[in-house]
Amino acid sequence: MIAFILKRLIQSVIVMLAVALIAFSMFRFIGDPVNSMLPENASAEDRQELREQLGLDQPVTVQFTRFVTGAVQGEFGISYRNKRAVAEMIAERLPATLELVLAAAVFALLLGVPMGIYAALHPKGVLSNMLNVISLIGISVPTFVTGILLILVFSVWLNWLPSFGRGETVQIGWWRTGFLTVSGLKSLILPAVMLGLFQVTLIMRLVRAEMMEVLRSDFVRFARARGLTNRAVNFGHALGNTLMPVITIVGLQLGAMIAFAIITETVFQWPGMGLLFIQAVSFGDIPVMSAYLVMVALVFVAINMIVDLLYFAIDPRLSVRA
Amino acid sequence: MALEASPQSRLTAFLKSDLFYRFRTSYVTVAASAVTVFILLAALLAPWIAPHDPFDVSTLSLWDSELPPVWAEGGDPRFLLGTDNQGRDVLSAILYGSRISLAVGFVSVALAMVIGIVVGLVSGYFGGAVDAFFMRIADVMLSFPTILVALLVSGIVRGALPREMHDSAALIVLVFAITVTTWVQYARTVRSSTMVERSREYVYAAQLVGRKPFAILFSHILPNVMGPVLVIATINLAMAILIEATLSFLGVGMPPTNPSLGTLIRVGNEYLFSGVWWVVIFPSLTLVALVLAVNLLGDWLRDALNPKLR
Repeated sequence: MIAFILKRLIQSVIVMLAVALIAFSMFRFIGDPVNSMLPENASAEDRQELREQLGLDQPVTVQFTRFVTGAVQGEFGISYRNKRAVAEMIAERLPATLELVLAAAVFALLLGVPMGIYAALHPKGVLSNMLNVISLIGISVPTFVTGILLILVFSVWLNWLPSFGRGETVQIGWWRTGFLTVSGLKSLILPAVMLGLFQVTLIMRLVRAEMMEVLRSDFVRFARARGLTNRAVNFGHALGNTLMPVITIVGLQLGAMIAFAIITETVFQWPGMGLLFIQAVSFGDIPVMSAYLVMVALVFVAINMIVDLLYFAIDPRLSVRA
Repeated sequence: MALEASPQSRLTAFLKSDLFYRFRTSYVTVAASAVTVFILLAALLAPWIAPHDPFDVSTLSLWDSELPPVWAEGGDPRFLLGTDNQGRDVLSAILYGSRISLAVGFVSVALAMVIGIVVGLVSGYFGGAVDAFFMRIADVMLSFPTILVALLVSGIVRGALPREMHDSAALIVLVFAITVTTWVQYARTVRSSTMVERSREYVYAAQLVGRKPFAILFSHILPNVMGPVLVIATINLAMAILIEATLSFLGVGMPPTNPSLGTLIRVGNEYLFSGVWWVVIFPSLTLVALVLAVNLLGDWLRDALNPKLR
């Protein structure tokens, strides 16, 4: 058990080091950091001073060590574009993205799970077939087109919901939340729906497939033989066994949703990390890009590791192999 | 089957084949391929069939700007799907835009396929350190969403290029980013089939008569691992078009001076609030139709080539 956890931890650290190496090489070798950070008419002394300050005159291995120690402490240098500390910019934007992803995940679960259960319990029903067709189309429509359609219908034509920004926000410590005001909640609806819709189809298909499989298993048959009501069998016995894999997949998808938030945030001008990243990409703002890369990689690696460890805790067969 | 078949009998053989029977009995697939062929032809013939040249500034007139489609009130029969804020014909812009979208799609799929096949064959046949090296790269890339990797690659290339080259090199950057992101899937598939094939008797026979490893790889093993590759290529064509559209929509793809479908949607999106919906909706519909049709074709091909489903 401990050996497995250790092995898994070491693996994660290696992946993070590889990502850090990529992020570092981006910063070090693409363009000249000194040129990007100083105005064009800067004197040679200024350049030399900044070069020494950044440690660019030292061997590459020393520089990489400095980069990693900095990154561990949340230091990613200064943005080329805004001339501000990258860590500060990301900390400012992080709450917006996390609130968006959370709302989208809740929406996807609340809609996807009941739809999947329905489709599994009535596999030949008309409504189930409709749900299947809709989900097929849903997968083929690019998310940004969905977002544009949502804006066109609910903001432009019906004028019900705002189409950009977060609305009014409330500052709690360093966290700026939109959950506490009416306009903040209203602004959240469309972006969360856009980000969540793709996951709805995914969750629905998954729940449907898992549940149909569980419904065919022996213990469900025995539960029926015992004379339990349909309701007790479906929701008391089958559903619990269906949801375990669903929760792990949704967990894994959280990382993907943070990445897909880039598109949502662009469509709705949502002031989160994704918008920051896309601005950095189009400007070539390497420090912001490398910081975002390290952050997202950390989220992915952490989620993957937690899921692996969860499986290990749940599935006794795995402990034999390790 | 005769080896020296004439083109005529080859055609009849194809028309009588199992594959073609499966094709023509699936209405969805026939419809999907009709849509694909229609958009392909329209894009290819754009310079001849487009009613206007959207890049010729001299033919543009601000009097014609923001005209609605022809069936709406105030529409102009010269502009079937309406015009944008500069008086450009939306239909012509879509025709030229699909050309770029499809070009990026086809070229990046072809490149990714070639790279993926070579890496997959070599990894699967030789194994060892080469295999471990490529497969670790593949592991890392596959654990992140494709769109994120594509964004990152294009961001790195953009960072390395001087700013004034961003627009002129946009097409190459896009193809590069999509190729780098997608070769992994071909490599994985080819590798696993190659590992099966390399212990078959025909491979031992070829080794015994002294054929060189690369001759064995490309003239003996390759034809036997192509089936799944074609399926991935079809589905990846839809994905490449989608990645291109997304990058362009996010503003890190094709510039507005040389727009793809994604750029058209991005530009049209800015006029959504003035009620000018047609500038953004028609390119979006074209994109959705194209991606859906190619995806359906890919799905069909996967089932049709899968011996388990026969």
